[in-house]
Amino acid sequence: MRELLDDIDRWRTAGKRIALARVVDIQGSGPRGAGAAMAVNEDGEVIGSVSGGCVESAVVTEALAILAGEQPSRVVTFGYSDDDAFAVGLTCGGIIHLFIQPLEW
Amino acid sequence: MNPYDIFSSHVRDNSPVALVTIIEGPGVGALLVVTPQGIAAGTLGNAEIDRVVSRDAVGELEAGRTIVRHYGPHGESTPEDLNDTQTVRVFIESFSPPPLMWIFGAVDFTAALARVAKILGYHVTVCDAREIFATRRRFPMADEVRVTWPTPMFEERGMRLGPRDAVCILTHDPKFDVPAIQGALATKAGYIGVMGSRKTHAKRLERMAEVGITSAADLARVHSPIGLDLGGRTPEETAISIVGEIIATRTGRQASPLSSSDGAIH
Repeated sequence: MRELLDDIDRWRTAGKRIALARVVDIQGSGPRGAGAAMAVNEDGEVIGSVSGGCVESAVVTEALAILAGEQPSRVVTFGYSDDDAFAVGLTCGGIIHLFIQPLEW
Repeated sequence: MNPYDIFSSHVRDNSPVALVTIIEGPGVGALLVVTPQGIAAGTLGNAEIDRVVSRDAVGELEAGRTIVRHYGPHGESTPEDLNDTQTVRVFIESFSPPPLMWIFGAVDFTAALARVAKILGYHVTVCDAREIFATRRRFPMADEVRVTWPTPMFEERGMRLGPRDAVCILTHDPKFDVPAIQGALATKAGYIGVMGSRKTHAKRLERMAEVGITSAADLARVHSPIGLDLGGRTPEETAISIVGEIIATRTGRQASPLSSSDGAIH
């Protein structure tokens, strides 16, 4: 998250609403460990990454839904290939748990 | 100041801080900013859970660990207390200062190694006694360039080096590298590597013996000649072989190709 601070500060100064997605846990093989983070602002601008490209676009969709109030802050899991709702998986076969919340603190 | 500003200013100052967030259970999204001194901002909802979780977070922060832990709504943490109560899952994310790399010797290999070390997140200090070589202009990628001898450098701040930190001695000069090895061995640095050919290494072992560096434990800590055997030649290739060895030393791996083994990758 360290590498996101400059952009987050710029967005906050501009009054943009921001959702923060952080990897809280990885099961099996995963490209990035707990603490990997990305942030999405209300305009859909994205910084950072959480998986090396496997699930980022799905995270943006979730983050925008949380910013819009359509979903609460929550843990979102990717990598269950047998579940249509989370069809996006990691190429390495791991399971990734992310906590996504509005950065309103 | 709000919790984010307090948190981000600690991260920017390289001062240790943990960001503690309820990710499941009552109070999702509530958070605490914790430093080694205790709570700096925020609340998880009540004083009991704040007290228990912040105490645990200080421990995780000291270990540099990022982890999910489970509590009851008032910080209950023993299995019997957690029966018949809701579970609060808490994400404790530690932000420790970057690991340190000290590079002795202001040579071409130094610039390449400093660049690669920055990619890996090290705070890099280049040290050489020769004023005309140890300049900011030659090493703009380093965080710090110091004109000094190894002995005063280690005396002044050797106690800062710990298991996450690396000392790379690239001088090839006995006046410089033997005192640097002596200084590094007196620290808790997790990696010590010294550059040189096989011949240089053999001569250096003699000089190390003359100053009393003979124990198997000390000699095992000194990676010499420095680096993995990748067959590279350029400063950049050498830098990759050095950081490869630093990573393998930390993880205790052999650094052989994954294709030649079949164990777990991570």
